[in-house]
Amino acid sequence: MVFIKVRDVSSQRHEISDQGTKDCTSSCVSSIVMLMDTSDETLAAAAAAGDRDAFAALLARHYDRIFGLCFRLTGARAEAEDLAQDICMALPVKLGSYRQVARFTTWLYRVTVNAAHDRRRRTATRIKAADGWGDWEIARQAEISEAEASQDWLAATMARLTPELRDTVALTLGEELSQAEAAEVLGVSEGTVAWRMSEVKKRLREMARAEGML
Amino acid sequence: MDEFDKLRVGLKSAPPAADAAAKAATLARAMENFDRAQETAKPARPMSDRSARTGILTGVRAMLSKFSTRPMLTATASVLAISVGLVVVLPALRQAPGMPEPVVVDVAKEKTGAPRAEDAAPDAVVAGGTAGLAPKVDETRADATIAPAEMAVSPDGSGAVMADTPAATAIGESSATLQGAVSSEPQNSAATDMLIVTPAPIGRAKSEADVGYAASTVYQGTASTTEAEAAQRAEPNTEAFASAEVNPVKIVAEDPVSTFSIDVDTASYAVVRSSLASGSLPPAEAVRIEEMVNYFPYDYPAPAADGAPFRPTVSVIQTPWNKDTRLVHIAIQGRLPALADRPSLNLVFLIDTSGSMDEPNKLPLLQQSFRLLLGQLHPEDQVAIVTYAGSAGEVLAPTPANDRAKILSALDRLAAGGSTAGQEGLQQAYQVAEGMKTKGEVTRILLATDGDFNVGISDPEELTKYIAEKRETGTYLSVLGFGRGNLDDATMQALAQNGNGQAAYIDTLSEAQKVLVDQLTGALFPIANDVKIQIEFNPTAIAEYRLIGYETRALAREDFNNDTVDAGEIGAGHQVTALYEVTPVGSPALHSDPLRYQTNGAATLEAEPSELGFLKLRWKEPGATTSQLMEQPIPLATAQTGDDVRFAAAIAGFGQLLGGSKYLGNWGWADAVALASGAKGTDTFGYRAEAVQLMRLGQSLSGN
Repeated sequence: MVFIKVRDVSSQRHEISDQGTKDCTSSCVSSIVMLMDTSDETLAAAAAAGDRDAFAALLARHYDRIFGLCFRLTGARAEAEDLAQDICMALPVKLGSYRQVARFTTWLYRVTVNAAHDRRRRTATRIKAADGWGDWEIARQAEISEAEASQDWLAATMARLTPELRDTVALTLGEELSQAEAAEVLGVSEGTVAWRMSEVKKRLREMARAEGML
Repeated sequence: MDEFDKLRVGLKSAPPAADAAAKAATLARAMENFDRAQETAKPARPMSDRSARTGILTGVRAMLSKFSTRPMLTATASVLAISVGLVVVLPALRQAPGMPEPVVVDVAKEKTGAPRAEDAAPDAVVAGGTAGLAPKVDETRADATIAPAEMAVSPDGSGAVMADTPAATAIGESSATLQGAVSSEPQNSAATDMLIVTPAPIGRAKSEADVGYAASTVYQGTASTTEAEAAQRAEPNTEAFASAEVNPVKIVAEDPVSTFSIDVDTASYAVVRSSLASGSLPPAEAVRIEEMVNYFPYDYPAPAADGAPFRPTVSVIQTPWNKDTRLVHIAIQGRLPALADRPSLNLVFLIDTSGSMDEPNKLPLLQQSFRLLLGQLHPEDQVAIVTYAGSAGEVLAPTPANDRAKILSALDRLAAGGSTAGQEGLQQAYQVAEGMKTKGEVTRILLATDGDFNVGISDPEELTKYIAEKRETGTYLSVLGFGRGNLDDATMQALAQNGNGQAAYIDTLSEAQKVLVDQLTGALFPIANDVKIQIEFNPTAIAEYRLIGYETRALAREDFNNDTVDAGEIGAGHQVTALYEVTPVGSPALHSDPLRYQTNGAATLEAEPSELGFLKLRWKEPGATTSQLMEQPIPLATAQTGDDVRFAAAIAGFGQLLGGSKYLGNWGWADAVALASGAKGTDTFGYRAEAVQLMRLGQSLSGN
């Protein structure tokens, strides 16, 4: 594993015991450009080992991607920004659990989808705590009618899909992942992703039919 | 452009460019967190002034120096004592005369239905509404799971307690309202006195309430350190049970016909058992007497090989709890085809892997249970596994049952996490089941859940409607309940009843063995669908009657002949028991007097009645749409009654005791125990002996 380290005075406090970074003062290239060329996986490993600049580079590289998926999952800018911030702030600790088995972006997508899920669940629990399913359903209906009021076809459509289907289309259609990649992110089988996509098509047709009747 | 492409284009172009300011702020905060993470990664260095010997007093002094006001100190000390469930007793102080004895107040024991302070030891100090009251202790005891980081107890018995200052501050600040809830004697000169909790001088009732509040406040205050635990403990009990009003006594002259659907569920008995075993009486609405009676295997006469798929037997005995009434015992025995000849089975395990299943008596028990079940399958049977949690997915494609390694490894890989999207899981399970179906085979979905369907159902009504629709395709749905706490018994009942299936509750591996191994054929192979029972009582013989149990299974009189009305199924070898308590004409036990202005025509019809009533049964062959009818008269009395009838009566009495029935008179727990233990019969597997034990437990718990 090649660790790339940018040395300056302030990096003294990032002194770490990892053997790989000990003597790179001379051999490491002090260049942000080099960091830009380094693979995500290498940067992630360096960041997990305590390399501040590697972490900064990794964040700068992927923030837009995280925000983009957050937006596709939530459909609202403020919500997406909050979610992206939660994710980025948790990343320093989370990186410790990145095992290099999956590609970094796959792992990051999974972290993002899970975070969105947790957030949704917290919201649902809050609403559910009020008075069970009745209120939950009312809130969901309100969400749907709100989206429709904004004349936003996309938001209305997404609001009508279940969270699982929403996650799946956000990854396959929005992020243009293959079904296999999406399956890896979601931790389900490829067949399930395929089934969900056919389910989405079916529901879209039903929605279109319902609209046509109006 | 169709809708799908529109969605693709929409999603592609959906996200606006990230806001530069928000991005910069997020990156900056992430970097701060990164730096913090690096710092905490380093081991803490000991401070120069804190040697092992002096550390304790230094810590206490440092903590005291942070507060100047006495109330704050009082509050902090009280809260520390409460929240940590720890008390320190100096031996010298304990022996001093007139010194109140300290007690441990342990708020960690929630949900134990703690005794009230007055009921406990006289020197008990305080108990919150939810706080358990631990016995006196004369040694220091720290609840390590609560706040190991903040508290340290000196091992030499000096009883000094060191508290980490920041934690103490945090607790003190969040709970400043607690002063007065618990009184303590803070003295700056003798810091070790601080944590002795002495009796509150103020009214006990008040202090109870205050501490109850205090306990909950402390949870919030310390949530950051023990967030996961606190969240787990604080989770409200969300159990919901299917129940209906207890069947009333009906007057034969006004309402001579009683109609209900048979029910082969056993879930209620297992729920009752798990409640009693954990030391509390079950909630009355969890008691469904028919499910308790039907839990036990009986030795009823088997049907003839070529006739109807089941055989009814009626017995009439004197009611154990009322010598002036009779008990009509209707037993139905389903035919048990030879095991080797059974049709092939397509099983879809639909397994709830939501976060709430992550308890030893849920997912792990479920995995073990299904392992037991696998041993009962034939090589030509097929198994598929669909899970549902945050995401529904097929984790095992249809696999022949003899490929045990593959099925077992799929079972072992299951892990709990996420919320529950029940509906999507069900849809996928039905889809998988469709794919496995071949003519002549039985296809069944086994839904295993704790019943917490919290996400993904837009409408509970819609879900049952969906299942009722799928029922028509011939796929059966059975529900296995696991765990307690958020057991949604009502939903489970609704699903199984609508899905032509059976609901069972599995609390132990032996229960899994009973349901999935011993009674597998009955649980999985239906022999008669939509079985309904109707009884017409003879008004010359019977004045009043009461159906015991089956409250959730009542049918309207006209539904009996209506083949579109759904009812319960009987599986191979199943036994169903129904009990009526009937009051003969002229009996002193009559609840209502005869009416003055109604002509009592019945009495003149037949001076000497020969029949008590008339039993009618309707059922459909599996797959058939029209029902068949079976009829037989009920005699006034039957020659002899065996252990089975008396045991069923004892269980019905047990259920009524648990449900608080008003019809039992002076008949009590001891009578139920005596009746049941005298009717145990062979009891090969010990189920009846277990029931007697449970009755005895119920007797002790109810206090008589």
